Amino acid sequence: MLVYVLKRLLYALPIALSVTVISFMLVYLAPGDPLNAIAPADAPVEVIEALKIAYGLDKPVPVQYALWVWRALHGDLGTSIASGRAVLTEVMGAVSNTFMLATIASIIGVCVGCVLGSLAGYQRGTWIDKIATTLSVIGVSIPHYWLGLVLTIVFSITLGWLPAMGAGPGGSSEWAWDIEHIRFLVLPAVTLCVIPMGIITRTVRALVAEMLEQEFVIALRARGLSNKTLFMHIAKNTAPTVLAVTGLQIGYLMGGSILVETVFAWPGTGFLLNTAIFQRDIPLLQGTLLVLCMIFVVLNLLVDIVQPLIDPRMGRV
Amino acid sequence: MTEGTHSSKSMGYWQVVLRQLKHEPLALISAGVLMILIIAAIFAPWLAPADPFKASMLKRLLPIGSQGYLLGTDELGRDMLTRLMYGGRLSLVMGIVPVFSAFCIGTTLGLLAGYLGGRVNMVIMRTLDIFYAFPSVLLAVAISGALGPGLSNSLIALTLVFIPQIVRVAESVTTQVRQLDYIEAARMSGASAFSIIRVHVLGNVLGPVFVYATGLLSVSMILASGLSFLGLGVKPPEPEWGLMLNTLRSAIYSKPFIAALPGAFIFLTSIAFNLLADGVRSAMDIKK
Repeated sequence: MLVYVLKRLLYALPIALSVTVISFMLVYLAPGDPLNAIAPADAPVEVIEALKIAYGLDKPVPVQYALWVWRALHGDLGTSIASGRAVLTEVMGAVSNTFMLATIASIIGVCVGCVLGSLAGYQRGTWIDKIATTLSVIGVSIPHYWLGLVLTIVFSITLGWLPAMGAGPGGSSEWAWDIEHIRFLVLPAVTLCVIPMGIITRTVRALVAEMLEQEFVIALRARGLSNKTLFMHIAKNTAPTVLAVTGLQIGYLMGGSILVETVFAWPGTGFLLNTAIFQRDIPLLQGTLLVLCMIFVVLNLLVDIVQPLIDPRMGRV
Repeated sequence: MTEGTHSSKSMGYWQVVLRQLKHEPLALISAGVLMILIIAAIFAPWLAPADPFKASMLKRLLPIGSQGYLLGTDELGRDMLTRLMYGGRLSLVMGIVPVFSAFCIGTTLGLLAGYLGGRVNMVIMRTLDIFYAFPSVLLAVAISGALGPGLSNSLIALTLVFIPQIVRVAESVTTQVRQLDYIEAARMSGASAFSIIRVHVLGNVLGPVFVYATGLLSVSMILASGLSFLGLGVKPPEPEWGLMLNTLRSAIYSKPFIAALPGAFIFLTSIAFNLLADGVRSAMDIKK
C-alpha cells in the first residue's frame, strides 16, 4: 500500500509542474502586449520601461516563469494589477467562498443522488425508477446558469423568500454561519447541486442494479439475509465509486462554479476569474488558475489514495 | 463487446442500429425536436417573421403574445421569435462543431497511441493527463479568456477541452482490439499498419467513440452558451442563446418569462441531445 501511495505521489509531481507551466503560459496565448492592460496607450516610453521592470516583464519568459514559481512556493503570487492587493490574499478569500459553495452543493447532490439512485436501482421499471431517471437526465442536461436565473425569478423576485445576489446582508463578503448568511447560500447551492445529483443518481442506479444481479447477492438472499443486511453489503460495495465521483465533482464544481457565481454575484473564484479576464489582470489570472488547478490535482490524488482503502474488493494490501 | 462490428459487415451493423433506434420512443422524439430546431435555424432567413437586428426603442420588452410579436421583444425592441430562430444557428454550431473536431482529432490520436503503443502511447497519453488536471469548465473559460472573446476562439477552447476525453476512449478500445488474434494474423500476413488500422481496427473503435461523442454534445451546448453568457463567446449584436440570456438579465424583474426564454431553448436542445445519445447507446448495446 505504501508503495502504491508513493507511486501515486510521484506521478502527481510532473502533473503539478505542468499545471504551473500552463497556468503561467496561458496568458501569453493572447495577442498583444500584457502591458497594454496596465499602461495607457499614449504613455511615454520611460513610463512603459519602468512598468516593465516593476512587473518583471523585462526579463525573458523562462526566467519570469522560474521567478514566478519560486515566489509561489514562498506564498507570493504577485500583486493584482486591478486592485493593487496581493493576489494570494484575494485568491484565498475567494477560494474559501467557492470551496464552501462547492462542498455544500456536492453534499446535497450526493445525498439526494444516492437516495434516488438506490431507490431506482432496487425498483427498476417502477414509477420511482422513472422519476429518478427523469430527474437525473434533467440534472445533467440543464444549463445551471439558466436554472439559477429561473430560481431567482421564482424565489427572489416573485415570492421574495430569498436574496437574489451576494453572500451576506449589505453586500458584505465576511461569511458567518447564521440564518442571515445561510439564506444567501440556498439558491446558489441548490443551483449547483443538480449536476452532482444527476451524475450520482445515474452512477448509483447502475451500480445497485448490477450488484443485485451478482452471485454473491443471490447467495446472500438464498441464505435468508434480511434486506437491511443486504443493503449494508451493497452500500459497502458502491461506496468507493461514489466517493471517487464525489471527489471529482467537488473539483469540477470548484472550477465550474464561475457561471453560477456570475448569476448570483457570489464573491468566489469565478467572480475573481471574471475580473481577471475582462480587466486583463495577468497576475490575478495566473494565481487563480494555479490555486484552483492545484486543488483539483490534490483532490484527484486524495481520491486515488482513499478509494482502495475503503474498497472491500481490493483486499488489505 | 462489439460483436458484429467487423468492417466487412459494417453496413449491416449500422442498419441494425437504426432499426433498434426505432424502438426507442424518447430518442425518436428527441431526434424530431432537434430536426425542428435545426430546420428553424437553417431556414431562419425565410421562416423568421422579422429582421433579427432591427431595434426599436418604442417596442422594448413587449410581453409574450403581443400583436405581431408572438414571443415578445427583447431589451432593444427586437423580435424574440426571430432572434431565437437565428440564435439557434450559432448556438448549434458552437455545440456541434467542437465535438465533431474533437472526434476527428481525438480518434486519430487515440488510434495512434493505442495501436503503436510503447513510447508514442506514453508521450500522447501523459501529455493529455495534464489537461485532465484542469476541470473542464475552468479550462474552457481560461483558454477562451486568454485568447479573447469571439466565436472561433470559443470553438478552439471547447475542442481542446473534449480532445483528451475522446483520445482516452479511443486509446483504451484500440489497445484491447490490438491484442485480438485476427489483428495478429493480419500483421503476420504482411499487412501494413495503416491498412490494419483502416480495415480491422477502425470499425471496432468508431462505435464506442461515436457513442461517447454524442454524449458530449449536450455538455458542449451548455458550455458554449455558458461562454457566451459570460461574454467570452459570440459578441453582440449577434443573436446567440447564451448571449441573449446575458443581455436579457436586466429584464428579469420586469419581464421574467422573456428573460428566461433563451435558456429554455438551451435546455431543450441539451436534453434532446442527451436522450438521443442514451438511445444510440442502448441501440448499439455499448455500456457507458
